[in-house]
Order: sequence, then structure tokens, then C-alpha cells
Amino acid sequence: MTAPLGKDLVALEPLSADQIRMILDTAEPFKEVSERSIKKVPALRGKTIVNLFFEASTRTRISFEFAEKRLSADTVNVASQGSSVSKGETLVDTARNLEAMRIDMVVIRHQASGAAKFLGERIRSNVINAGDGKHEHPTQGLLDLLTLRDRFGRIEGLKVAICGDVLHSRVARSNIWGLLKLGAEVAVCGPPTLLPKGLADLGVQVMHHIEDAIGWADALNVLRLQLERMEGGFVPSLREYNRIFGVTRERLERAPRDLVIMHPGPMNRGVEIDSDVADGPHSVILPQVTNGVAVRMAVLYLLAGGSPDWGSQATDDR
Amino acid sequence: MTPFLIAGARVIDPSRQSDGVADVLVVDGRIEAVGRNVPAPEGARRIDGTGKVVAPGLIDVHVHLREPGQEHMETVASGATAAVAGGFTGVCAMPNTDPVIDNQAAVGFVVRQAIRAGKARVFPIGCISVGQKGQQLAEFGEMVGAGAVAVSDDGRPVVSSQLMRTALEYAKVFGIPVADHCEDPTLAHGGAMHEGIVATRLGLKGVPAAAEEIMVARDIVLAELTGGHVHLCHISTRGAVELIRRAKDRGLRVTAEATPHHFTLTHEACEGYDTNAKTRPPLREAEDVAAVRAGLKDGTIDCIASDHAPHHYDAKQREFDDAPAGIVGLETSLALGITHLVETGILSLPELIARMSTAPAAVFRLPGGTLAVGAPADLTVFDPTRTWTVRAEDLHSKSVNSPFLGTTLKGQADLTAVGGRIVFERGVDKSDA
Repeated sequence: MTAPLGKDLVALEPLSADQIRMILDTAEPFKEVSERSIKKVPALRGKTIVNLFFEASTRTRISFEFAEKRLSADTVNVASQGSSVSKGETLVDTARNLEAMRIDMVVIRHQASGAAKFLGERIRSNVINAGDGKHEHPTQGLLDLLTLRDRFGRIEGLKVAICGDVLHSRVARSNIWGLLKLGAEVAVCGPPTLLPKGLADLGVQVMHHIEDAIGWADALNVLRLQLERMEGGFVPSLREYNRIFGVTRERLERAPRDLVIMHPGPMNRGVEIDSDVADGPHSVILPQVTNGVAVRMAVLYLLAGGSPDWGSQATDDR
Repeated sequence: MTPFLIAGARVIDPSRQSDGVADVLVVDGRIEAVGRNVPAPEGARRIDGTGKVVAPGLIDVHVHLREPGQEHMETVASGATAAVAGGFTGVCAMPNTDPVIDNQAAVGFVVRQAIRAGKARVFPIGCISVGQKGQQLAEFGEMVGAGAVAVSDDGRPVVSSQLMRTALEYAKVFGIPVADHCEDPTLAHGGAMHEGIVATRLGLKGVPAAAEEIMVARDIVLAELTGGHVHLCHISTRGAVELIRRAKDRGLRVTAEATPHHFTLTHEACEGYDTNAKTRPPLREAEDVAAVRAGLKDGTIDCIASDHAPHHYDAKQREFDDAPAGIVGLETSLALGITHLVETGILSLPELIARMSTAPAAVFRLPGGTLAVGAPADLTVFDPTRTWTVRAEDLHSKSVNSPFLGTTLKGQADLTAVGGRIVFERGVDKSDA
């Protein structure tokens, strides 16, 4: 039987709405696993998974690792520092060596756009993209969708504004595809220097004033502004960025409705988002993190050939 | 050297505006006769040209032969062999080798390697600046004396307007063009493909069309200031085509070339992170492709040049950002021209040959580009109707980095003669072709 998602999860762009819904639905029963005192099910027992992180990551790497362990997989973490990668090994050679060790799955985080697809085309193991350059971060997109669905009960018809450094953001791209496919309305908001070209062609509204986004949206997904962007000349200063584009309580109080606030982390408090917003009653930033584990469990399980109706089987297990 | 007669082919010679069925007789390395019922002298080889085209040998003014220094990608010999297999009798070799070709000894090395190979004529291009560093003018005079036909820092734009001005002025002494790779480095910095919706979706940094157009505009202004001859390499944007068109209308000494990949492919070829479609300047949009084609039609773009840029397969098996830019073109140029320009009705076959032979010879002031009686017999025989599929194992180049692998094209060179010597014949073993 071919897995319902295919071999790899590289991006949300090629997935159908039904496939995305299937992942979200499969994640629902996995949420409960993390609430048990013994947080483990045998779904991936005997599977070996390599977490291959060429870029620093805390949240995503730990989230994947918990997801794998809670599914009973055997896992190995490889970071680029201290591995043969730091000795100049190419990605294709790394891939072939992993393949030679007969592993079942690779979770890859890499600084180059397309790296996950590149790896997936060269090894038989399942490949999961944990963020490739400025391309996609599909499990982040999925956990954002799950969080929105939890909060609103639906995705269709929601108005979601993705705010900030969309140009350099793989989270933004995965969010755009996931939201559009499930019928949400999507806007991006930020200075033109931080918005990529051609987004309007995808059916995305483009805004430059944070007040417009706040006045329009049901939910904001606020992106991290990296310090390097200032050095790269994309914005003059972090101070000005906060003054002009920051999501602040004062701005939110002028909105016609309460907005749900999301952030993929790590946050720059006082830059793109103010602390009282991040910590406020409408923030779902921590539920996003909780959902991340469930979504990653669902993806691992489905790629391993698991049936989408895990929930009913799980009931029998208990 | 055995005389030979190509009988009954369609003979197209844009240099004399002639096009018709005729025989071509080659004796002692020169075109002896072109006409109907030319008698073959005793001992001459008779080649049936029925259904074929005889044209002046094709000339490619922009190739990278990688020697010295990168012989694992290409050598002068392998590149010259790929050239004749593609119907080219002459190629101009860019100087961005390792070390670069920035002095008379290095130019002489390329000339010698080409003579040793005995395939296509190889015309070296010397550097504009010492070490291609963009600072001090290289010794144009000595390099021309050793055989250089032009100067270029190709692969790198000439960033300094002062250096470009000086080069254009100084090159006038020797009557050579200054060929520029037009790309504003601050706009192009870090870019891997064309800036647009495909780059946005793939998460790759784009190079805007303006990066090329700014430098094209600057070079045109400097051509006007100096009266020098600027040759603009691999034009890829509609804006650049329009700038050149206006410069030519004003009578400036500006010439330009376009590559087959820029008149056939768009940035969509980069989908799936296909590193074989990574090139500089990048593949752009459908409107740009249309403008390049229109420029070739009306002469705004003088010639087709392949920018043949071999890269080892290892280097292209990389993440898109890290893979080198470049496409091999010598063996697909003619077929891409026939398939995408002639079959589509944009150019007539004689117009295509003009853009690939007569015009490049004129722009770089090279021998060839004509079938006039008495001229050296540099000629190409090709089948304009044969369809073939581009396969890596059939290419003569050492590298096969082409986005056209697996595509079926129309038109193929069958025989190439340089100075009356048959240096390629299809169907004859690769090694002795």
C-alpha cells in the first residue's frame, strides 16, 4: 500500500486539501498521548530515525524528538557541528552514508532551500522537512493550522495575516499554502523590503501597514525579525521596526474584534511583538508548541505507512 | 587534404544573400566553386547533400573551455570537439580559467592547445583587467598580438565605470570589442535565479532584471562617451533588449548576443530545484523570452552565442544555492535555433544562419561566415529536419549540464569542415570524428 502522503513530506505546496486535513485529523488522537502519564505508543517500534540538523534549532528538534520517542522509534541526532558535515562532506554523500546504514526516516533541517527535496530524491528512506532555507517548514505550517482549527473550529473563511519578514521565512510559505488550500483568506503585511515578489499572483493580499492587517484579520501570525535583517539593510533599525510594524497592545485594542495571536518562535520581544501581546489572553503561542508534537507524530506515523484511523486503533490499545 | 564535393544540398550563404540548391566544391582548403552541376575533380570525395543544408561554419563568440585549470570540466580539445559536433567551426574562448587568460603567454597557450586538438578554430578572448580583478587594465596589445580577438572579464561584471571607460577607449587602438557580462553586483548579490514568483515559491533569492539593465544602460552611455565597441553578453531581459534597440537607433557601436537557453526557457525551468537550469544571467519570464526572440528577428541582438559553461556533475549535484551557474550549449545551439526560432516562424533558416555565423564573424571581426569562392572552407552541413533526443551519452563535451537533456529537438549537424579539412562527420566513431 502506498502511504497516503507519499514517501516524503517536503512541502505543503504539493499536498491536496484532503491530505492536509488527514494529517490534522490524525494529529487529534495523538494530542492525547502527550497528556498521559506514560507518553508512549508502539506505532513506530523498531523504526530508526535520524534527525539531521544542519542549522541550529531548539524547538523544532526537540519537538520532533519527542514525537519520535512517544511513537517508540529509535532516534539519532546529528548536528552539523562535530559531524563529517563540518569536514566538508556534501549533502549527497551524507545522504548515501545514511542510506547505507539502512535507516527508515530522516528529519532534515538545512540552510539551503530545496535541501529536503534533494535528499528525498536520493534516498529510499522517508524524508521530513524540518525547514529548508527560505522554502518551507511544513510541520510548522501544519501545527499553525491545527492551532487555528482548535481555536476557531474551522479554517475555511478565516482571515489570517502573516506579519513581518515574509521574504526570508519558510514558515510564511508553508502557512500561505496550507491556509489557501483549506480555504482561508491570507494577507501578508510588512515593509516591501521584506515581502517577496509575486505573492499577489497566489491570491494573497499584500499590506504594508500593520494597522490594516489588524483591522482585517481574525488571526495574526507574527514572524520573527532576525537581527541580521537590519545589518542586511532591509530595515533601518529594530527600534523603528517596532514603532512602525510591531504588534502592540495599543494597536490590537483598536481592532474591531479580538485577534488570535500566533508566533512560530523564537520571539524577539519588543521588536515584532510586545510582551503583553505575546503573554496576553489571545496568544496561542504555547498551544502552538504543544500541537507541534502531535502534528509531528501524525506526520511520522502516516509516512511510515500508518493508517489515518489511528485513533480507533489506539482506543483498542488502551 | 582530399578535395570534396557536396552535391545537391540547399546552400545558404547569408554573406552573399544566396539560398538555393547547389553543389559546393572544396579544394586545397578553400571554397573552389559553388553552383549547379559543379564537376568533381579526379580523386575528389563526393558527398550526397540531398535534403541537407550547407552553411558557412557556425561561430560561437562566447564559450568556456575551462583550460587551463579546470580540465575535469572541459579542455580546449574536448570543447573544440563538442563545437564541431554542434556544427561550429569557430569559437571564442572566455578567459575566466585558472589562471585567467590575462597575458600574451596565456593567450598563446590556448592557441597552441587548439592547434593541437585540430578541431574547431579557437579564438581566445583576453581579460579586461589583470587577474580579472577589475582594477588594472590587462595588456590588450600583447594579447591581440598573440591571437586574442576581444577582451572580457566575463563571469564577473566590470564594476568600475572608470575601468570600463578606459577599456573601451584603449580597445579602439586594436579594433577589438570589449565584451561585458552585465550584472550589477549589489543587486545580484546572493541571487540564485530570476526574481519573481518561482523564486518566491522555491524560497530562493532572486536577481531582478534591473541588475542587467542598469549595467547595459551604463555600458551604452560609455560606448557613446568613448566611441568604443561594447559587446553585451547573454542578454536576457526585455528591458535590456529595448535599451540596446534605442542605442542602435542612435548609431552607437553596441552589439549584443543572446543564448539559446534565454530564447527558449523561463524561470519555470528551475522548478524542482533543477540545478541544470541555474545560469547567469538567470532564466527569466515569458515576456523576456519573447523580447529576446524579437531582438534576434530585428537585429537588435546581433548573434546567438551559447555561453557554453561546462560544470562537473558533482558540482551540479548540490543544493541549488551552492551549485555553480552554467549550461553547456555547443551541441544543442543549432537545434534549439531551428526548433524554437525557425519552426515557430520567428526566423527564416537563412536568418538563423546569419545570427549564428555571418553576424558573429562580423561582430568579432573573425575569418569565416561566408561561402564565397576563395574563402577558407569553414562550413557546416546539417539536416534541418531530423529530430533527435538530447542524451548525455551522445554529447562530446566533458560535461553534460544541460536543462535540455531528454528533450527532442529538430536539426542536427552532420559534417563540419574547418579550412577544408573534415573535422566531424556524424556516424563516424567519436574518437576519429
